Amino acid sequence: MKLDSKIPSGPLAEKWTNYKASQKLVNPANKRKLDIIVVGTGLAGASAAASLGAMGFNVDIFCIQDSPRRAHSIAAQGGINAAKNYQNDGDSVERLFRDTIKGGDYRAREANVYRLAEVSGAIIDQCVAQGVPFARDYGGLLDNRSFGGAQVSRTFYAKGQTGQQLLLGAYGALSREIARGTVKLHTRCEMMDLVVVDGRAKGIIVRNLVNGDLERYAAHAVVLATGGYGNLYYLSTNAMNSNGSAAWVCHRKGAAFANPCYVQIHPTCIPVHGDYQSKLTLMSESLRNDGRIWVPKKKEDAEAIRAGKLRPTDLREEDRDYYLERRYPAFGNLVPRDVASRAAKERCDAGYGVGTGYAVYLDFADAIQRLGRKAIEEKYGNLFQMYQKITDENPYETPMMIYPAIHYTMGGLWVDYELQTTIPGLFAAGEANFSDHGANRLGASALMQGLADGYFVLPYTLQNYLANQINVGKIKPEGAEFDEAERSVKTRIDRLLSNSSPLTPHSSLLTVDHFHKRLGKIMWEYCGMARSAESLAQAKQLVTELEEEFWKSVFVPGSANEFNPELEKAYRLEDYFELAQLVIADALHREESCGGHFRTEHQTEDGETLRDDERFMYVAAWEYQGHGKPETMEKEPLVYEHIQISKRNYK
Amino acid sequence: MRFTLHIWRQESARAKGHFETYAIDNISADCSFLEMLDQLNERLINDRIAHPVCFDNDCREGICGMCGLYINGRPHGNDDGITTCQLHMRKFKDGDDIWIEPWRAKAFPVIRDLVVDRSAFDKIIQAGGYISTTTGGVPDANAIPIPKHQADMAMDAAACIGCGACVAACKNASAMLFVGAKVSHLALLPQGKIEAADRVRKMVAKMDELGFGSCTNTYACEAECPKLIQRQDISRLNRHWIGSLFGRDRK
Repeated sequence: MKLDSKIPSGPLAEKWTNYKASQKLVNPANKRKLDIIVVGTGLAGASAAASLGAMGFNVDIFCIQDSPRRAHSIAAQGGINAAKNYQNDGDSVERLFRDTIKGGDYRAREANVYRLAEVSGAIIDQCVAQGVPFARDYGGLLDNRSFGGAQVSRTFYAKGQTGQQLLLGAYGALSREIARGTVKLHTRCEMMDLVVVDGRAKGIIVRNLVNGDLERYAAHAVVLATGGYGNLYYLSTNAMNSNGSAAWVCHRKGAAFANPCYVQIHPTCIPVHGDYQSKLTLMSESLRNDGRIWVPKKKEDAEAIRAGKLRPTDLREEDRDYYLERRYPAFGNLVPRDVASRAAKERCDAGYGVGTGYAVYLDFADAIQRLGRKAIEEKYGNLFQMYQKITDENPYETPMMIYPAIHYTMGGLWVDYELQTTIPGLFAAGEANFSDHGANRLGASALMQGLADGYFVLPYTLQNYLANQINVGKIKPEGAEFDEAERSVKTRIDRLLSNSSPLTPHSSLLTVDHFHKRLGKIMWEYCGMARSAESLAQAKQLVTELEEEFWKSVFVPGSANEFNPELEKAYRLEDYFELAQLVIADALHREESCGGHFRTEHQTEDGETLRDDERFMYVAAWEYQGHGKPETMEKEPLVYEHIQISKRNYK
Repeated sequence: MRFTLHIWRQESARAKGHFETYAIDNISADCSFLEMLDQLNERLINDRIAHPVCFDNDCREGICGMCGLYINGRPHGNDDGITTCQLHMRKFKDGDDIWIEPWRAKAFPVIRDLVVDRSAFDKIIQAGGYISTTTGGVPDANAIPIPKHQADMAMDAAACIGCGACVAACKNASAMLFVGAKVSHLALLPQGKIEAADRVRKMVAKMDELGFGSCTNTYACEAECPKLIQRQDISRLNRHWIGSLFGRDRK
């Protein structure tokens, strides 16, 4: 495997312009002859399909939900960054670029990040033209707020439902193309395998989730926009059906997987409350604009609160420890997510946690006093309501309780500057790729990246690839490669369904969820917010044992040819076992701390991440070697020509 | 807590459905309704009682619009402004009987058990529920100022999650609140005015074609909408629709 990042030459600020000026184009008559498959209908997938369809390509788009509007981008709350400088507070493309590189702890590619910052403004223009109802001020112009890791206000938002509104904008554009006939929509369809012919991605095998049929689709290029693998940890802020399988089958077919150990843990989620719990709910980072995070200063107060003998509102100001403001005076409550998460864990581990002991307060009392309850209601009303429905507590009167949870995965399929994976013809966009966030993503940058990839990057780079495919002619979903891919999917499904014979005693069989929960616990405990060589070795062992147990005693009810959600969970979990091993291996090899990856052996005296730029300033791209075999790793060195590398400091 | 569940079971679209009764106990009051069903399924699988109950769900935080159960005669159950996944067992009394059904509407055929096919909603949107823009070549975002109250009203209408509770609540299975919300969202914005007349006519025609019923102004839809979409959006739809037949914009 050879990694060629294909970064265009020239000064950083001119790379993208130069690329666009020299890329190959496809004329309108030829566009009609070229087919593209897009998997996933979130921000990246929907915007890519809508743009490519409008350009004149034939697009087939697939999603596992009943409608493209349900993709998990819909749940993003806080906002989307763009270097518009509408607030006149000193923002610029250069500034957004620097913040993103620094936020990612100097582990992202300069050229990609610069391009992202460069197209960010056009995204906002596009969304407004589509009718996205962004928040406005009384003069009728667009309003902004601040997010972690930035000292300017560059985040555009639509109440606490920004992801929803952006996705509905893209869904509208997609719907228009569906009506025009340029895009064909396939709902309740799950990608099960990638078909590679003569070294190029030429099609996919999907499972129709309603009747279980396996279907084949062929195209000149495949775009994967299937999101991240956060659900590996079972409890996460991801939707129940979000999964890593589509990316993983591509990895099995030869696509390199980059930086799998970079997992983002979001500091403000509603804490875990019971074993039956199925997911964790995020409370938007935007709340940290006005909320102050604290725990009791004295251990005895924390104990009294945990025992229910003391209420948080009883504690005087001087008995509270606003630990983020104390440790990071310059950024205060708006430090990046990884920093805020670790600080919460540190306080709770030291015995100052509230609730079950694994929670800290997010307090709005000051803001309510300063701005009035109505202003807070207008800004965060839907989030407060969501919190109250779940916890039965009123956040206007008592501080919210929050704790970090798995949220986003910076790692993903390795892609070059053109968003092409190591398999020619296979592209990856949005959270599914690894490209822009380094070791930690800043808040409100996921929406930016998804839409940048779909609206403004893929339409150019995909065209550059397709220009060489004009003479290939129509690709039919037949031949040995398609047969083989379909057969292997069928074998996998049959194996899961026949895992238990009718003779196996009931008592020794367990559900898929049972194993998924245990896998999640292992990963959270040994490969979560803090990792060490020792904990990772343990994780490796435990996951191996769990997988063996899974094959001994998992029971998947029903058959392959029916609507069968248990079967879906089973084949996704099967992939998670392999993915978990890769996350562990990557975390073990990276003997440094950076961003979301925190190795306890590598920290400063005051508990901050300690990078080792000499040894680890590279992207780790892993290549699959077969089930149970250690993967091999290629390094893509990160070269910083433009930015001055420094210690990440938010103090 | 302990409950007696009466759940609609139907193997496929063509099969005949019926209610099945299951007892469940040891449920925490802080548990969500769907987590209660998860626990029922865990037991149905472990004890080989029956195929687990199928129900749609995804984000479990009230925004994707995937979940939707008809619980004790109310879409999304006995609480206001929530989706089924946001309903918690503390809203029930220990020992309650709970009746769980799918959305019932001609335009939403059952796929299995409590799962229905809502692709009719996508088709209505495809008929014109968007502003026709292609990527690129649009004006600067601040080139069109929009009064704050108008933008806020558009946002309120745009909050619809397309879950279908309005249709399930309506005795006529009308989709007027869903369509009204989209028509209002776009018609309230200057960008959306250009195609407004065409849009409303096409969307209403598609809605009728797909077998949704008529609106008889009972507003059960408004009462059950998890996102509190208002009936004013239906009035606005009617106004625009009539205007599109007789107004200047008529084509």
